Amino acid sequence: MDMFNFIMALGMACAMAIMLARLFAGPTLYDRVLAANSFGTKTILFLLVFSALSGRQDAIDIAMLYALINFVATIAILKFFRYRSLEISLAQMSLRRAVDGEDEA
Amino acid sequence: MTDLTQYLDYALIGMLLAVAFAIVRLRNLFAVVMLMGVYSLLCAAWFVSLDAVDVAFTEAAVGAGISTVLLLAAMLLTAREAEPSKPQRHWAALAVVVAAGAALLYAVPDMPVYGDAESVANAYVGRDYLEQTPHDIAVPNIVTAVLSSYRGFDTLGETVVIFTAGLGVILLLGFGGRKREPKGKPAAKAAPAARAPKAGKPAKPVKEEGAS
Repeated sequence: MDMFNFIMALGMACAMAIMLARLFAGPTLYDRVLAANSFGTKTILFLLVFSALSGRQDAIDIAMLYALINFVATIAILKFFRYRSLEISLAQMSLRRAVDGEDEA
Repeated sequence: MTDLTQYLDYALIGMLLAVAFAIVRLRNLFAVVMLMGVYSLLCAAWFVSLDAVDVAFTEAAVGAGISTVLLLAAMLLTAREAEPSKPQRHWAALAVVVAAGAALLYAVPDMPVYGDAESVANAYVGRDYLEQTPHDIAVPNIVTAVLSSYRGFDTLGETVVIFTAGLGVILLLGFGGRKREPKGKPAAKAAPAARAPKAGKPAKPVKEEGAS
């Protein structure tokens, strides 16, 4: 069972390495955003497999924290690219989108 | 079993090294910001594998969460691409780095083996903590037990200091944008009023109105 978990963890590490390659090479910005988000997900899975491998339950908490941080960071990055500012609140975002939609129509 | 996790540690360290080189080499600042986040995620995963859960928590929250957002906010103020630096040979820096690396390598054989029960850190007070913690505090992780119970007041003080500092920074910088709106409206009203005298050229009529 340990061997199985170890092979799973190694596979996760390989997937992380592939995501890193895309992150280094990524020609466009969105490749990199997607690769970073996916890398975070792979890290979460790696930690879960690791906690199964080593028998430590603490790693599951860390994995949950990662999931939250990954989400917040992705939102921040995408917001940064859509609005060029981090100060706009969510309410203003939807308002501006409505105004933009009217302008386009 | 320890053998197996050891290989995972090597994989994580290798990826850390690759990310560090990429951060140095890449010109696209946005990619660098995201790689910093990835670096800190990898770091935290490695800390978990070394059973330093609290350090991993802090690293994940501060390194991957807050600093990514802060660096993005800083990127609003600068260019997107780093200027290509001129290829120069910094021989003095190279000498310092080689000397420091050689000193570190020289010191490595004197360090205790990883997980050595007889090492100084694990022998005297450390062994007391390792033996007493399960009886004193029902926390499985001993670092957590020390941090939050044995020196709980110290940790509480630290947390209060950091919270106060963060609160001060937020009050000074004024995050949230709610204050912008009242500021923006008078500015929008004042702007045409300020432009009007310029367009009408003379400022004298205003003075006359004020006089009469």
